[in-house]
Amino acid sequence: MRSFLSFLLVMAGLVVAFAPLPVRSVPPQAWTFRVEARQFAYSPSEIRVNPGDTVTLQLVSTDVVHGLYLDGYDISVETDPGQTAALTFIADKSGSFRFRCNVTCGAMHPFMIGKLTVGSNEWLFRSIGFFLLATLALFLFPRSIPFTVHRSLITDD
Amino acid sequence: MELTRLPFLKSALRSRYPQLAILIVMLAGYVFAILAGLLGTPVGSRNFSIVFVWIAWWAILILIAVPFFGRGWCAVCPIPLSGEWLQRGAVLNPLDKKPKRLNLRWPNLFRNIWLQNVSFLLLALFSSVLLTTPNVTATVLAAMPFAAIGLSLVFERRAFCRYLCPVGGFIGLYSQTAPIELRVKERQVCATCKGKPCYNGSADGYGCPWNVFPGGLTRNTYCGLCMECLRACPRDNIAINLRPFFADLTKPSARLDEAFKAFIMLGSAMIYAGVLLGPWGALKDAAYNVGTGAWFAYAAVFLAIIFILLPGLFSLMVALSPTALPKLGKGRGMRALAALSTPLIPLGLMFWVAFSLSFVLTNASYILASLSDPLGLGWNLFGTANVAWQPMLTSILAPAQTLALVSGLVWAARTAQKAAGEVRVSAIPVVGFCFIVTLIMLWLLL
Repeated sequence: MRSFLSFLLVMAGLVVAFAPLPVRSVPPQAWTFRVEARQFAYSPSEIRVNPGDTVTLQLVSTDVVHGLYLDGYDISVETDPGQTAALTFIADKSGSFRFRCNVTCGAMHPFMIGKLTVGSNEWLFRSIGFFLLATLALFLFPRSIPFTVHRSLITDD
Repeated sequence: MELTRLPFLKSALRSRYPQLAILIVMLAGYVFAILAGLLGTPVGSRNFSIVFVWIAWWAILILIAVPFFGRGWCAVCPIPLSGEWLQRGAVLNPLDKKPKRLNLRWPNLFRNIWLQNVSFLLLALFSSVLLTTPNVTATVLAAMPFAAIGLSLVFERRAFCRYLCPVGGFIGLYSQTAPIELRVKERQVCATCKGKPCYNGSADGYGCPWNVFPGGLTRNTYCGLCMECLRACPRDNIAINLRPFFADLTKPSARLDEAFKAFIMLGSAMIYAGVLLGPWGALKDAAYNVGTGAWFAYAAVFLAIIFILLPGLFSLMVALSPTALPKLGKGRGMRALAALSTPLIPLGLMFWVAFSLSFVLTNASYILASLSDPLGLGWNLFGTANVAWQPMLTSILAPAQTLALVSGLVWAARTAQKAAGEVRVSAIPVVGFCFIVTLIMLWLLL
């Protein structure tokens, strides 16, 4: 019984890790977002598109030189104050990706971060699946280990 | 498994010279970090003090040193060094005649880690400035050895490390998860030992600087791994053991100061994940602009999350459980809650690992540039000054963070099952709490 349950859990884990998530079939579209950069934030700071969309980010700096580097896609753009620079790409990777300033722009520069979500935040859902499975496994296979109670829980002093 | 059975390791640990050599290198690096912070460029990502303290040192501390070596960092930390030398009047072996110092006992009221909780929170509230501004980092780095010197000249042993160090508090808490421990081989040998040189000192070694009697050690929390007891013990009764991870958590503490340390660390990791790694610019502005109304609001929310929201939710979930603390009388409820919070130790450590992975992998490339140009003055000592900033391993970041958080949740739940069984309550509320906060952390990070 125990080994059968273990087998089921392993199979469920593989499903959670690799099963394709349901995708809304929406024809690819072209989107242009004007992203304003200032110390130390982007506006908008969160962008959502669908997989396959063609995305253009028009980066506008309102104070000092800023940049935008997109994790996962490994592409970047930089812009001078008051200028606009564009970055166009096809959103062919699903998931959630941080974009961050790649030009030192002041003290909080390493934390100037935005977020692009392509389709659903796939890894978040898979992680939740792992959490549920892990918790289930703990209750399916409880382990009894001798446990020392702290003295103050037993005595009055 | 007793590591001190290895002759080479044992002699290396008993000798003062290897440790002294490491300490001197650390001290040189520490002093250089202070100088770089004060004299170098104000641009944090180009200054040795920020890059080496908050990226390189932090990565080593939280990803390697604490999980694998517990208080190993404390054994080579340069902060108490000058104070300790002054207190002892010696750098190496104990003197025949001890120098006259006040050597007062630390006040009973503060014989806990509440002051460490406060000192950590003080730094945490100003962390956005501290992490990014070289001269602020340098000032804090410079202040700590002076505090340690002052306390060493007034109080006995390492009062700063034991009761005040903002870093030492959480290292001690999380050192309980490490697979390394210092323990006595035979308790009976200690019971019959006259003079207790491991605690009181002898010609071979100083009395425990951490104010711990090794014969009574059951947890890593307050053992600084300084190896003085190994040197002082005349009966060769001290061992360094390899053990399973999280071994100390089977002996939960019922101390409120330690329980709150666990909440402080858990809450801080979540707040940092939201403020520093999240996309919300207004939060970053509030955290950075110290002294403004927004900052006071940020500080109030920060403290409310740590002291009210998280402990309140935890207590409420335990209290609402049908089997809530049935046999515990007056005064024991809080101690039971403190014991039940033990699962937050592995969970909190893994929160910090997940947070730090993102922060460190994104900014690690600054290390190479800073190595060649530590002051940001245009030097190129090793030819790496112009290495471009490039996030590292971003494709494995999310899976690695998930792995860390799942591991933390599993260990927390295992610990909760054990703790709840002993306090005679259901583990489900504690596991439920861990599940909820882990989901929030996951959402903040991914």
